[in-house]
Amino acid sequence: MDVGSSDRTLREDARDALALAVAVSVVAVSFGALATAAGLPLLITMAMSLLVLAGGAQFLAVAIIAAGGGAVAAVAGGLLLNLRHLPYGLAVADVVGDRWPAKVFGAHLLIDEVVAFSRARGSGARARRAYWTSGILLATFWNAGTLLGVMAGSAIPDPSVFGVDAAFPAALLALLLPALRQSDARRVGLASAVIAVASTPFLAPGLPVLAGLLGLGVAGRRASS
Amino acid sequence: MTWPALLSLAAGTYLIRLLGLLLPGRVRVSAHVERYFDLGATALLLALVAVSTFTQDGGFAGWARPLGVVVGAVAAWRRVPFVLVVILAAGTTALLRLAGLP
Repeated sequence: MDVGSSDRTLREDARDALALAVAVSVVAVSFGALATAAGLPLLITMAMSLLVLAGGAQFLAVAIIAAGGGAVAAVAGGLLLNLRHLPYGLAVADVVGDRWPAKVFGAHLLIDEVVAFSRARGSGARARRAYWTSGILLATFWNAGTLLGVMAGSAIPDPSVFGVDAAFPAALLALLLPALRQSDARRVGLASAVIAVASTPFLAPGLPVLAGLLGLGVAGRRASS
Repeated sequence: MTWPALLSLAAGTYLIRLLGLLLPGRVRVSAHVERYFDLGATALLLALVAVSTFTQDGGFAGWARPLGVVVGAVAAWRRVPFVLVVILAAGTTALLRLAGLP
């Protein structure tokens, strides 16, 4: 590969990473707005996006708290959800960097989209640059989007009039659709949804979501599609 | 969400991420375990979708919200852009409430 085409590859990667970051910022705006609608103060919402930097766990924790669940259930749910980052880390350990400062900072950027973006570009120098470029862009846009969402959310006096409570599950479902292409994921997801809703009248707030993990019981063997 | 809860979630998430990077290269999570981590994430998030679609304060949330979510889900399935999915879901629910459906 000559220098010219390599430059072009890098430019294209940077452009794709930017597009990905913009898409992610839309999700961040909805997080900021919904967290505000759920009564979270600005500082807590921003600190979540800055320090947790994991969309699914942030949505889950806020929803559990908003439903009246305890902090323990919210933290447990978020951490269980983030366990999937462990195999991700193993998969991209070489790409992130060899020295410990790279690992210490790079660990915080270990986001689903960043891992996918980087792994799609092999395991060499290009993948490393893709990891850091997309990681820094996503982290920046995630926080900027959250702030924008908090400001938009504060401007809405009564969120239920605008159907904001329907926007949250719809947004989450849209993000989950790619994973649901697998038949075992659909099976587990459906069982989990039924268990969670059916147990709601009987369990303390927050726990029905965790009870959804029992849906793993119908995982069966891996199917090919 | 309290500060101790937030900081616990942040610290725990960071440690999970760092652990994967620091474990020696020969350590691999088996494909079996990795699959359960992924399916577990799907299970938790779909449970969250279902609970926040149908329930409010331990009871049924009323029809306006689930119908809005269904419209959003169909839109997402038809590959409508994410922003529109959110607006369609919220808009449907808002209109249904305006029409008197709880």
